Amino acid sequence: MIETVVDILSWFLLCTGGIFVLIGGIGTLRLPDFYTRLHAASLTETMATILILVGMILQAGLTLATIKLLTIMAFLLLTAPTASYALANAALQSGNSPNAQQRDDQT
Amino acid sequence: MIIVFALFLLTLLVITALAIVQTTNLFVAVMLTSIFSLLMASNFFILDAADVALTEAAVGAGITTVIFLAALMLTTEHEKPHLSRRKLNTVVITILASLIIYATFDKPRLGDPDAPVHQHLAPWYLEKTPEYMDFPNVVTAILGSFRGYDTLGEVFVVFAACIGVLFILGVKPPEGSTYNPYRSGLKHHLIPQVVGRLLIPFLVLFGLYVQFHGEYSPGGGFQAGALIASAIILYALLEGEAAALRAVPRSVLLGLVIGGATLYGGVGVVCILMGGNFLEYTVLLDNPVAAQQTGIILIEAGVGMAVCGALLSIFHAFAARPMRV
Repeated sequence: MIETVVDILSWFLLCTGGIFVLIGGIGTLRLPDFYTRLHAASLTETMATILILVGMILQAGLTLATIKLLTIMAFLLLTAPTASYALANAALQSGNSPNAQQRDDQT
Repeated sequence: MIIVFALFLLTLLVITALAIVQTTNLFVAVMLTSIFSLLMASNFFILDAADVALTEAAVGAGITTVIFLAALMLTTEHEKPHLSRRKLNTVVITILASLIIYATFDKPRLGDPDAPVHQHLAPWYLEKTPEYMDFPNVVTAILGSFRGYDTLGEVFVVFAACIGVLFILGVKPPEGSTYNPYRSGLKHHLIPQVVGRLLIPFLVLFGLYVQFHGEYSPGGGFQAGALIASAIILYALLEGEAAALRAVPRSVLLGLVIGGATLYGGVGVVCILMGGNFLEYTVLLDNPVAAQQTGIILIEAGVGMAVCGALLSIFHAFAARPMRV
Protein backbone atom coordinates (compact mmCIF):
# COMPACT_ATOMS: atom_id res chain seq x y z
CA MET A 1 0.00 0.00 0.00
CA ILE A 2 2.57 2.52 1.17
CA GLU A 3 4.86 1.46 -1.67
CA THR A 4 2.19 2.24 -4.23
CA VAL A 5 1.66 5.69 -2.73
CA VAL A 6 5.41 6.42 -2.79
CA ASP A 7 5.62 5.13 -6.34
CA ILE A 8 2.74 7.28 -7.54
CA LEU A 9 4.15 10.32 -5.72
CA SER A 10 7.61 9.80 -7.22
CA TRP A 11 6.23 9.41 -10.75
CA PHE A 12 4.11 12.51 -10.26
CA LEU A 13 7.24 14.45 -9.23
CA LEU A 14 9.28 13.03 -12.13
CA CYS A 15 6.60 13.90 -14.69
CA THR A 16 6.12 17.41 -13.27
CA GLY A 17 9.88 17.86 -13.40
CA GLY A 18 9.87 16.74 -17.03
CA ILE A 19 7.12 19.25 -17.82
CA PHE A 20 9.17 22.00 -16.16
CA VAL A 21 12.19 21.06 -18.30
CA LEU A 22 9.98 21.22 -21.40
CA ILE A 23 8.55 24.62 -20.41
CA GLY A 24 12.07 25.88 -19.71
CA GLY A 25 13.25 24.67 -23.11
CA ILE A 26 10.32 26.24 -24.98
CA GLY A 27 10.76 29.46 -23.03
CA THR A 28 14.47 29.64 -23.82
CA LEU A 29 13.65 29.36 -27.51
CA ARG A 30 10.54 31.53 -27.66
CA LEU A 31 10.90 34.42 -25.20
CA PRO A 32 11.87 37.80 -26.66
CA ASP A 33 15.11 38.97 -25.00
CA PHE A 34 18.08 37.71 -23.05
CA TYR A 35 16.78 38.19 -19.50
CA THR A 36 13.43 36.53 -20.06
CA ARG A 37 15.20 33.62 -21.74
CA LEU A 38 17.56 33.34 -18.80
CA HIS A 39 14.50 33.31 -16.54
CA ALA A 40 13.10 30.34 -18.47
CA ALA A 41 16.43 28.53 -18.39
CA SER A 42 16.83 29.06 -14.65
CA LEU A 43 13.38 27.55 -14.14
CA THR A 44 14.80 24.31 -15.57
CA GLU A 45 17.82 24.28 -13.36
CA THR A 46 16.10 24.96 -10.02
CA MET A 47 12.48 23.76 -10.00
CA ALA A 48 13.00 20.85 -12.40
CA THR A 49 16.17 19.78 -10.55
CA ILE A 50 14.35 19.63 -7.23
CA LEU A 51 11.34 17.79 -8.64
CA ILE A 52 13.28 15.22 -10.66
CA LEU A 53 15.87 14.50 -7.99
CA VAL A 54 13.26 14.17 -5.21
CA GLY A 55 11.33 11.82 -7.49
CA MET A 56 14.48 9.77 -8.01
CA ILE A 57 15.18 9.74 -4.26
CA LEU A 58 11.70 8.35 -3.63
CA GLN A 59 12.41 5.66 -6.23
CA ALA A 60 15.76 4.80 -4.66
CA GLY A 61 14.50 4.49 -1.09
CA LEU A 62 16.90 4.52 1.85
CA THR A 63 20.09 3.47 0.06
CA LEU A 64 23.51 4.86 -0.74
CA ALA A 65 22.04 6.19 -3.99
CA THR A 66 19.81 8.54 -1.97
CA ILE A 67 22.83 10.15 -0.33
CA LYS A 68 24.53 10.52 -3.71
CA LEU A 69 21.38 12.07 -5.21
CA LEU A 70 21.09 14.48 -2.27
CA THR A 71 24.72 15.52 -2.76
CA ILE A 72 24.13 16.04 -6.49
CA MET A 73 21.04 18.12 -5.67
CA ALA A 74 22.96 20.25 -3.18
CA PHE A 75 25.72 20.91 -5.74
CA LEU A 76 23.28 21.68 -8.55
CA LEU A 77 21.20 24.01 -6.38
CA LEU A 78 24.36 25.85 -5.35
CA THR A 79 26.02 26.14 -8.74
CA ALA A 80 23.17 26.54 -11.24
CA PRO A 81 21.61 29.73 -9.80
CA THR A 82 25.13 31.12 -9.38
CA ALA A 83 25.78 30.48 -13.06
CA SER A 84 22.50 32.21 -13.97
CA TYR A 85 23.45 35.16 -11.78
CA ALA A 86 26.91 35.37 -13.37
CA LEU A 87 25.36 35.26 -16.86
CA ALA A 88 22.83 38.00 -16.07
CA ASN A 89 25.51 40.08 -14.40
CA ALA A 90 27.86 39.72 -17.37
CA ALA A 91 25.05 40.74 -19.72
CA LEU A 92 24.28 43.80 -17.60
CA GLN A 93 27.95 44.80 -17.44
CA SER A 94 28.30 44.56 -21.19
CA GLY A 95 25.44 47.02 -21.69
CA ASN A 96 22.46 44.76 -22.38
CA SER A 97 19.85 46.62 -20.34
CA PRO A 98 16.69 44.80 -19.21
CA ASN A 99 14.21 47.33 -20.50
CA ALA A 100 10.81 45.99 -21.51
CA GLN A 101 9.63 49.42 -22.68
CA GLN A 102 12.52 49.66 -25.12
CA ARG A 103 11.49 46.34 -26.64
CA ASP A 104 7.98 47.63 -27.26
CA ASP A 105 9.37 50.66 -29.07
CA GLN A 106 11.49 48.56 -31.37
CA THR A 107 8.76 46.18 -32.43
CA MET B 1 15.49 1.91 -23.89
CA ILE B 2 19.16 2.74 -23.59
CA ILE B 3 19.58 2.39 -27.36
CA VAL B 4 16.92 5.08 -27.92
CA PHE B 5 18.78 7.38 -25.55
CA ALA B 6 22.09 6.63 -27.29
CA LEU B 7 20.56 7.35 -30.72
CA PHE B 8 19.12 10.61 -29.41
CA LEU B 9 22.53 11.66 -28.06
CA LEU B 10 24.31 10.68 -31.27
CA THR B 11 21.82 12.68 -33.34
CA LEU B 12 22.42 15.71 -31.13
CA LEU B 13 26.15 15.11 -31.59
CA VAL B 14 25.81 15.26 -35.38
CA ILE B 15 23.67 18.42 -35.17
CA THR B 16 26.23 20.07 -32.89
CA ALA B 17 29.08 19.11 -35.21
CA LEU B 18 27.27 20.61 -38.22
CA ALA B 19 26.55 23.77 -36.23
CA ILE B 20 30.25 24.09 -35.32
CA VAL B 21 31.19 23.88 -39.01
CA GLN B 22 28.47 26.34 -40.03
CA THR B 23 29.04 29.17 -37.57
CA THR B 24 31.54 31.92 -38.35
CA ASN B 25 31.46 33.32 -34.83
CA LEU B 26 34.32 31.63 -33.01
CA PHE B 27 32.83 32.31 -29.58
CA VAL B 28 29.72 30.36 -30.56
CA ALA B 29 31.94 27.61 -31.97
CA VAL B 30 33.80 27.30 -28.65
CA MET B 31 30.55 27.00 -26.71
CA LEU B 32 29.28 24.39 -29.17
CA THR B 33 32.54 22.46 -28.80
CA SER B 34 31.94 22.39 -25.07
CA ILE B 35 28.41 21.05 -25.64
CA PHE B 36 29.86 18.48 -28.06
CA SER B 37 32.26 17.27 -25.36
CA LEU B 38 29.48 17.00 -22.80
CA LEU B 39 27.34 14.95 -25.21
CA MET B 40 30.35 12.79 -25.98
CA ALA B 41 30.91 12.24 -22.26
CA SER B 42 27.30 11.09 -21.87
CA ASN B 43 27.79 8.75 -24.81
CA PHE B 44 30.92 7.26 -23.27
CA PHE B 45 29.01 6.77 -20.05
CA ILE B 46 26.21 4.92 -21.85
CA LEU B 47 28.89 2.63 -23.33
CA ASP B 48 30.07 1.92 -19.73
CA ALA B 49 33.36 3.76 -20.28
CA ALA B 50 33.19 5.81 -17.09
CA ASP B 51 36.94 6.53 -17.06
CA VAL B 52 36.87 8.12 -20.50
CA ALA B 53 33.62 9.94 -19.72
CA LEU B 54 35.20 11.53 -16.66
CA THR B 55 38.22 12.68 -18.69
CA GLU B 56 36.07 14.01 -21.52
CA ALA B 57 33.84 15.97 -19.12
CA ALA B 58 36.74 17.45 -17.16
CA VAL B 59 39.14 18.19 -20.01
CA GLY B 60 36.89 18.53 -23.05
CA ALA B 61 33.95 20.39 -21.60
CA GLY B 62 35.80 22.19 -18.83
CA ILE B 63 39.42 23.14 -19.28
CA THR B 64 39.62 23.15 -23.08
CA THR B 65 36.75 25.64 -23.18
CA VAL B 66 38.54 27.96 -20.77
CA ILE B 67 41.77 27.73 -22.80
CA PHE B 68 39.88 28.32 -26.08
CA LEU B 69 38.20 31.38 -24.55
CA ALA B 70 41.57 32.62 -23.34
CA ALA B 71 42.87 32.21 -26.88
CA LEU B 72 39.89 34.15 -28.25
CA MET B 73 40.69 37.00 -25.86
CA LEU B 74 44.08 37.29 -27.58
CA THR B 75 42.84 37.04 -31.15
CA THR B 76 39.45 37.84 -32.63
CA GLU B 77 35.95 36.54 -32.36
CA HIS B 78 35.14 36.19 -36.05
CA GLU B 79 36.43 33.69 -38.54
CA LYS B 80 38.39 35.16 -41.42
CA PRO B 81 36.56 34.88 -44.73
CA HIS B 82 38.55 32.52 -46.90
CA LEU B 83 38.59 31.75 -50.58
CA SER B 84 36.45 28.70 -51.02
CA ARG B 85 37.12 26.05 -53.61
CA ARG B 86 33.69 24.57 -53.19
CA LYS B 87 33.80 22.09 -56.04
CA LEU B 88 37.10 20.53 -55.04
CA ASN B 89 36.06 20.43 -51.38
CA THR B 90 32.78 18.73 -52.18
CA VAL B 91 34.45 16.11 -54.35
CA VAL B 92 37.12 15.30 -51.74
CA ILE B 93 34.58 15.13 -48.91
CA THR B 94 32.19 12.96 -50.92
CA ILE B 95 34.94 10.48 -51.74
CA LEU B 96 36.20 10.32 -48.15
CA ALA B 97 32.70 10.05 -46.68
CA SER B 98 31.72 7.22 -49.02
CA LEU B 99 34.99 5.42 -48.20
CA ILE B 100 34.27 5.71 -44.47
CA ILE B 101 30.66 4.59 -44.89
CA TYR B 102 31.86 1.66 -47.04
CA ALA B 103 34.35 0.73 -44.30
CA THR B 104 31.61 0.61 -41.66
CA PHE B 105 29.92 -2.27 -43.52
CA ASP B 106 32.73 -4.55 -42.35
CA LYS B 107 32.43 -3.32 -38.77
CA PRO B 108 31.03 -5.83 -36.27
CA ARG B 109 27.70 -4.97 -34.67
CA LEU B 110 27.83 -2.75 -31.53
CA GLY B 111 28.50 -4.93 -28.50
CA ASP B 112 28.97 -8.10 -30.54
CA PRO B 113 30.84 -10.54 -28.26
CA ASP B 114 32.48 -12.21 -31.29
CA ALA B 115 34.05 -8.96 -32.48
CA PRO B 116 37.85 -9.22 -32.83
CA VAL B 117 38.38 -6.51 -30.23
CA HIS B 118 36.60 -8.64 -27.63
CA GLN B 119 38.43 -11.82 -28.63
CA HIS B 120 42.01 -10.71 -29.06
CA LEU B 121 43.53 -9.41 -25.80
CA ALA B 122 40.57 -8.25 -23.72
CA PRO B 123 39.75 -11.71 -22.21
CA TRP B 124 43.37 -12.09 -21.17
CA TYR B 125 43.34 -8.67 -19.46
CA LEU B 126 40.08 -9.48 -17.68
CA GLU B 127 41.42 -12.83 -16.55
CA LYS B 128 44.86 -11.73 -15.42
CA THR B 129 44.05 -8.42 -13.69
CA PRO B 130 42.70 -10.03 -10.48
CA GLU B 131 45.64 -12.44 -10.48
CA TYR B 132 48.46 -9.94 -11.13
CA MET B 133 47.14 -6.74 -9.52
CA ASP B 134 44.27 -7.83 -7.28
CA PHE B 135 42.07 -4.78 -7.87
CA PRO B 136 38.80 -4.51 -9.79
CA ASN B 137 39.37 -1.62 -12.25
CA VAL B 138 40.78 -3.32 -15.34
CA VAL B 139 41.08 0.03 -17.14
CA THR B 140 43.64 1.25 -14.61
CA ALA B 141 45.48 -2.07 -14.84
CA ILE B 142 45.74 -1.82 -18.63
CA LEU B 143 46.63 1.87 -18.55
CA GLY B 144 49.20 1.65 -15.79
CA SER B 145 50.80 -1.73 -16.20
CA PHE B 146 49.88 -3.84 -19.24
CA ARG B 147 50.21 -0.90 -21.60
CA GLY B 148 52.44 1.29 -19.46
CA TYR B 149 54.57 2.29 -22.46
CA ASP B 150 51.58 3.94 -24.16
CA THR B 151 50.74 5.92 -21.04
CA LEU B 152 54.37 6.96 -20.72
CA GLY B 153 54.13 8.23 -24.28
CA GLU B 154 50.97 10.16 -23.44
CA VAL B 155 52.63 11.79 -20.44
CA PHE B 156 55.52 12.88 -22.64
CA VAL B 157 53.05 14.25 -25.20
CA VAL B 158 51.47 16.35 -22.42
CA PHE B 159 54.95 17.42 -21.37
CA ALA B 160 55.89 18.39 -24.93
CA ALA B 161 52.60 20.27 -25.43
CA CYS B 162 53.22 22.27 -22.28
CA ILE B 163 56.75 23.16 -23.37
CA GLY B 164 55.49 24.09 -26.84
CA VAL B 165 52.81 26.46 -25.52
CA LEU B 166 55.29 28.04 -23.10
CA PHE B 167 57.79 28.56 -25.95
CA ILE B 168 55.19 30.31 -28.11
CA LEU B 169 53.36 32.34 -25.46
CA GLY B 170 56.03 32.66 -22.79
CA VAL B 171 57.86 35.49 -24.55
CA LYS B 172 57.73 38.96 -23.03
CA PRO B 173 54.47 40.84 -23.79
CA PRO B 174 54.88 43.83 -26.13
CA GLU B 175 55.64 47.26 -24.69
CA GLY B 176 52.74 49.31 -23.39
CA SER B 177 50.78 46.24 -22.41
CA THR B 178 47.87 47.11 -20.16
CA TYR B 179 47.57 43.79 -18.42
CA ASN B 180 47.61 43.95 -14.66
CA PRO B 181 47.39 40.59 -12.90
CA TYR B 182 46.14 42.26 -9.74
CA ARG B 183 43.05 43.62 -11.44
CA SER B 184 41.78 40.41 -13.06
CA GLY B 185 39.20 38.21 -11.38
CA LEU B 186 35.70 38.73 -10.04
CA LYS B 187 36.58 40.36 -6.74
CA HIS B 188 33.53 42.62 -6.67
CA HIS B 189 31.08 39.87 -7.62
CA LEU B 190 30.15 38.54 -4.24
CA ILE B 191 27.85 35.62 -5.11
CA PRO B 192 30.07 33.73 -7.60
CA GLN B 193 33.00 34.32 -5.30
CA VAL B 194 31.32 32.93 -2.18
CA VAL B 195 29.90 29.90 -3.99
CA GLY B 196 33.16 29.30 -5.83
CA ARG B 197 35.18 29.42 -2.63
CA LEU B 198 32.77 26.93 -1.12
CA LEU B 199 33.22 24.54 -4.06
CA ILE B 200 36.99 24.68 -4.55
CA PRO B 201 37.95 22.49 -1.53
CA PHE B 202 35.42 19.85 -2.59
CA LEU B 203 36.74 19.89 -6.15
CA VAL B 204 40.30 19.35 -4.95
CA LEU B 205 39.14 16.64 -2.54
CA PHE B 206 37.26 14.89 -5.33
CA GLY B 207 40.35 15.15 -7.52
CA LEU B 208 42.48 13.51 -4.84
CA TYR B 209 39.84 10.79 -4.38
CA VAL B 210 39.83 10.10 -8.12
CA GLN B 211 43.63 9.97 -8.06
CA PHE B 212 44.06 7.56 -5.19
CA HIS B 213 40.92 5.48 -5.67
CA GLY B 214 41.63 4.89 -9.36
CA GLU B 215 42.36 1.21 -8.80
CA TYR B 216 38.89 0.57 -7.42
CA SER B 217 36.60 3.05 -9.17
CA PRO B 218 36.68 4.99 -12.44
CA GLY B 219 39.50 7.48 -12.50
CA GLY B 220 43.22 7.83 -12.32
CA GLY B 221 45.96 10.32 -12.94
CA PHE B 222 44.58 12.01 -16.06
CA GLN B 223 41.15 12.67 -14.57
CA ALA B 224 42.53 13.73 -11.20
CA GLY B 225 45.04 16.11 -12.75
CA ALA B 226 42.31 17.71 -14.85
CA LEU B 227 39.94 18.04 -11.86
CA ILE B 228 42.54 19.65 -9.59
CA ALA B 229 43.64 21.94 -12.42
CA SER B 230 40.02 22.99 -13.00
CA ALA B 231 39.65 23.80 -9.29
CA ILE B 232 42.70 26.06 -9.43
CA ILE B 233 41.52 27.63 -12.70
CA LEU B 234 38.20 28.39 -10.98
CA TYR B 235 40.20 30.05 -8.19
CA ALA B 236 42.12 32.08 -10.78
CA LEU B 237 38.88 33.18 -12.47
CA LEU B 238 37.36 34.26 -9.14
CA GLU B 239 40.28 35.77 -7.28
CA GLY B 240 42.42 36.86 -10.18
CA GLU B 241 45.57 35.63 -11.84
CA ALA B 242 47.90 36.97 -9.16
CA ALA B 243 46.13 35.20 -6.28
CA ALA B 244 46.23 31.88 -8.15
CA LEU B 245 49.93 32.32 -8.87
CA ARG B 246 50.51 33.15 -5.19
CA ALA B 247 48.75 29.93 -4.21
CA VAL B 248 50.52 27.77 -6.81
CA PRO B 249 53.56 29.61 -8.21
CA ARG B 250 54.95 29.04 -11.72
CA SER B 251 58.00 27.24 -10.38
CA VAL B 252 55.75 24.70 -8.63
CA LEU B 253 53.77 24.18 -11.85
CA LEU B 254 56.90 23.56 -13.91
CA GLY B 255 58.17 21.33 -11.10
CA LEU B 256 54.94 19.31 -11.30
CA VAL B 257 55.23 18.86 -15.07
CA ILE B 258 58.90 17.91 -15.01
CA GLY B 259 58.56 15.92 -11.77
CA GLY B 260 55.59 13.97 -13.07
CA ALA B 261 57.28 12.94 -16.30
CA THR B 262 60.51 12.15 -14.44
CA LEU B 263 58.68 10.12 -11.78
CA TYR B 264 57.06 7.97 -14.46
CA GLY B 265 60.30 7.46 -16.36
CA GLY B 266 62.20 7.03 -13.08
CA VAL B 267 59.97 4.15 -11.96
CA GLY B 268 60.80 2.46 -15.26
CA VAL B 269 64.53 2.97 -14.76
CA VAL B 270 64.35 1.71 -11.16
CA CYS B 271 62.68 -1.44 -12.50
CA ILE B 272 65.67 -1.95 -14.82
CA LEU B 273 68.12 -1.35 -11.97
CA MET B 274 66.33 -3.93 -9.83
CA GLY B 275 66.77 -6.53 -12.53
CA GLY B 276 63.53 -6.38 -14.50
CA ASN B 277 62.49 -4.86 -17.79
CA PHE B 278 61.57 -1.20 -18.25
CA LEU B 279 58.28 -0.58 -16.35
CA GLU B 280 58.10 -4.19 -15.12
CA TYR B 281 56.81 -3.39 -11.63
CA THR B 282 56.88 -6.95 -10.26
CA VAL B 283 60.55 -6.59 -9.31
CA LEU B 284 59.96 -3.53 -7.11
CA LEU B 285 58.92 -5.49 -4.00
CA ASP B 286 59.13 -9.09 -2.83
CA ASN B 287 55.40 -9.65 -3.27
CA PRO B 288 54.67 -9.28 -7.02
CA VAL B 289 51.01 -8.23 -6.49
CA ALA B 290 51.95 -5.51 -3.99
CA ALA B 291 54.77 -4.46 -6.31
CA GLN B 292 52.36 -4.06 -9.23
CA GLN B 293 50.05 -1.95 -7.05
CA THR B 294 52.95 0.21 -5.83
CA GLY B 295 54.19 0.73 -9.36
CA ILE B 296 50.75 1.71 -10.62
CA ILE B 297 50.16 4.13 -7.73
CA LEU B 298 53.56 5.74 -8.40
CA ILE B 299 53.08 6.16 -12.13
CA GLU B 300 49.49 7.39 -11.65
CA ALA B 301 50.88 10.02 -9.29
CA GLY B 302 53.34 10.99 -12.03
CA VAL B 303 50.55 11.22 -14.59
CA GLY B 304 48.39 13.33 -12.26
CA MET B 305 51.25 15.73 -11.48
CA ALA B 306 52.20 16.13 -15.14
CA VAL B 307 48.61 16.70 -16.36
CA CYS B 308 47.73 19.13 -13.57
CA GLY B 309 50.96 21.11 -14.00
CA ALA B 310 50.71 21.18 -17.79
CA LEU B 311 47.07 22.34 -17.89
CA LEU B 312 47.72 25.08 -15.35
CA SER B 313 50.92 26.23 -17.08
CA ILE B 314 49.06 26.47 -20.39
CA PHE B 315 46.21 28.38 -18.72
CA HIS B 316 48.59 30.85 -17.08
CA ALA B 317 50.57 31.27 -20.30
CA PHE B 318 47.35 32.38 -22.05
CA ALA B 319 46.04 34.44 -19.14
CA ALA B 320 49.29 36.39 -18.73
CA ARG B 321 49.12 37.83 -22.26
CA PRO B 322 47.64 41.29 -22.70
CA MET B 323 44.07 41.22 -23.93
CA ARG B 324 42.92 42.38 -27.34
CA VAL B 325 41.34 45.82 -26.93
